[in-house]
Amino acid sequence: MAVISESLAEGEYEELVQTKPWLEVTVGLTRQYPLGAFGGVIVVVMIFMAVFADVLTPYDPEENAFEFMLTAPNLEYWMGTDQFGRDILTRLIYGSRTALFVGFSCAFIGAIVGLVLGVASAYFGGRFDLIFQRVMDVFMAFPLIITAMAIVSIFGTGTQNVIIAITIPFIPRCARVVRSSALAIREIPYVDAARALGYTHTRIILRHMTPNVMAPFLIMISAFVGQAILLEASLSYLGLGVQEPTPAWGLMLQGGAEEYAESAPWVAIWPGVAISLAVFGFNLFGDALRDALDPKLRSL
Amino acid sequence: MATLLKIENLKTQFFTSAGTVKAVDGITYSVEEGETVAIVGESGCGKSVSALSILRLIPWPPGKIVEGSIHFDGKDLLSLDEEAMRNLRGKDISMVFQEPMTSLNPVLTIREQLTETLITHFPISEEEASKKALKLLEMVGISDPDRRLEQYPHHLSGGMRQRVMIAMALSCEPKLIIADEPTTALDVTIQAQILELMKDLTKRLGASLIIITHNLGVVARYADRVNVMYAGKIIETGTALDIYHNPSHPYTLALLKSVPRMDLPRQDKLDPIEGQPPDLTRLDDGCSFRPRCRFAQDGCAHSFPDLEAVSEGHFVACFEKDNLKEQEKVAS
Repeated sequence: MAVISESLAEGEYEELVQTKPWLEVTVGLTRQYPLGAFGGVIVVVMIFMAVFADVLTPYDPEENAFEFMLTAPNLEYWMGTDQFGRDILTRLIYGSRTALFVGFSCAFIGAIVGLVLGVASAYFGGRFDLIFQRVMDVFMAFPLIITAMAIVSIFGTGTQNVIIAITIPFIPRCARVVRSSALAIREIPYVDAARALGYTHTRIILRHMTPNVMAPFLIMISAFVGQAILLEASLSYLGLGVQEPTPAWGLMLQGGAEEYAESAPWVAIWPGVAISLAVFGFNLFGDALRDALDPKLRSL
Repeated sequence: MATLLKIENLKTQFFTSAGTVKAVDGITYSVEEGETVAIVGESGCGKSVSALSILRLIPWPPGKIVEGSIHFDGKDLLSLDEEAMRNLRGKDISMVFQEPMTSLNPVLTIREQLTETLITHFPISEEEASKKALKLLEMVGISDPDRRLEQYPHHLSGGMRQRVMIAMALSCEPKLIIADEPTTALDVTIQAQILELMKDLTKRLGASLIIITHNLGVVARYADRVNVMYAGKIIETGTALDIYHNPSHPYTLALLKSVPRMDLPRQDKLDPIEGQPPDLTRLDDGCSFRPRCRFAQDGCAHSFPDLEAVSEGHFVACFEKDNLKEQEKVAS
């Protein structure tokens, strides 16, 4: 019977699914997406800086040293010092902690909440979907930075509130993208099959639908990290974000940009470069991820 | 034998912007314990909707069960609350879907999908559920079940996936299995095996089976009783023998004539049913098959005929059922 014919294909199949060593995969991906690999390197360097900040630099990021105020870059202070005599490189390294912490927590919380809400909206459909999408529209009507500023002005400044302020406008953006994918998933018979097997709504949404919209979700997360870093820097620059003396790139820019632009340009230039590179790196990485995960764009 | 499922005057309608679609328009039938009942009809005649109505899985909006009653195993399904209904689905009544390629979740392994059903409905451990899953795969004739458990649906062929679906449907030892065109998407060579398997396993478990199909060959071989549906109504019901040897509704007759037969001398041409199935939003009071019927009379436009007995257990809804045979004799 066909049991025999079905098992015949097995041998051929086993050969196809030999897993490649990860190094080979990495090299292959680097060749295929050189820009993405560049972004990936920036991301890895940032994470490395954030993790080993204590080891990488001998200076304290928060302690003032007025005898070294506004020293130009030299061998001892590679990027110079700021108006309080603090080493700029040290503050940049510690600043990557703030940037990554805010960036990742906002991106993950925002995207995960958006993911669940988006899938739920698509799953229940009908009136729930309609009302939910209109609420999301209200949030989407304002640019990211305006919503974030409004929220900070309600809750006050500080790292925790900045995270809340950036996370909230991320939720509808992720929910909307995820919903559109989930609407397609909703129509596939295995969702009905799951209903026919007597699973609860929560189980179907979390276990059966959510894993199937992972591709857009991962892309959203990687894009969100870059955006969150930029938003945090913007809010800090405007004085609405992280507060002194916490080392944060936006704050460093604010402290240096206007007053010392001519006399000590290094105070503003380095944090500016750091912000640009970080956002650039995450965006390149995210784009490559999107291409790699999108079967339509993938070159075979 | 006791009656397991009793459906009375069930009406399921879809309220769309184009009008009310009377997908199921007052059907009545019952399923005895251990019996195999077939529901036959062409696409869009309401056979799948009638099955989903039993599980109360009609999406609202736009669909709704507007009238009738469904009694299963002493319970009135239409008055159960959502939670009781959920506990019943998969456990007492399970369903095998038409599309084995898309009815399994692509991101979960076969083990995860099989054990999930068991863990949902019974207080058993993951380990016990895995053992049971293994037994189930063996039971549905999947070779090398140990390895299959760890694989994903895309590793399996269509026939094997349908076997897995059957294993899932049987896992909680339900009293009733509804198979919605279980073989339509499969190779002809696999179809017979799958049906044989379902028939065999339901018999071993003592479960009842509702097979929804448009394939009369399936009906002839596997069903005890047959309900022929047209435009949301049952127009003929009887044993498989009645339907085959004594078709008494013009539609059934036409259906049988439009099937290629290998066991009869070769005809010149197949005899298709002319015209299209009616628009379910625009049904009038008369017989819905009238426009396509060769035996239609003026009287057919006034009211829909009731199901009337032609022999014991064989009912037909046609005003011309007696003339039908005479005319057939003349024709042949």
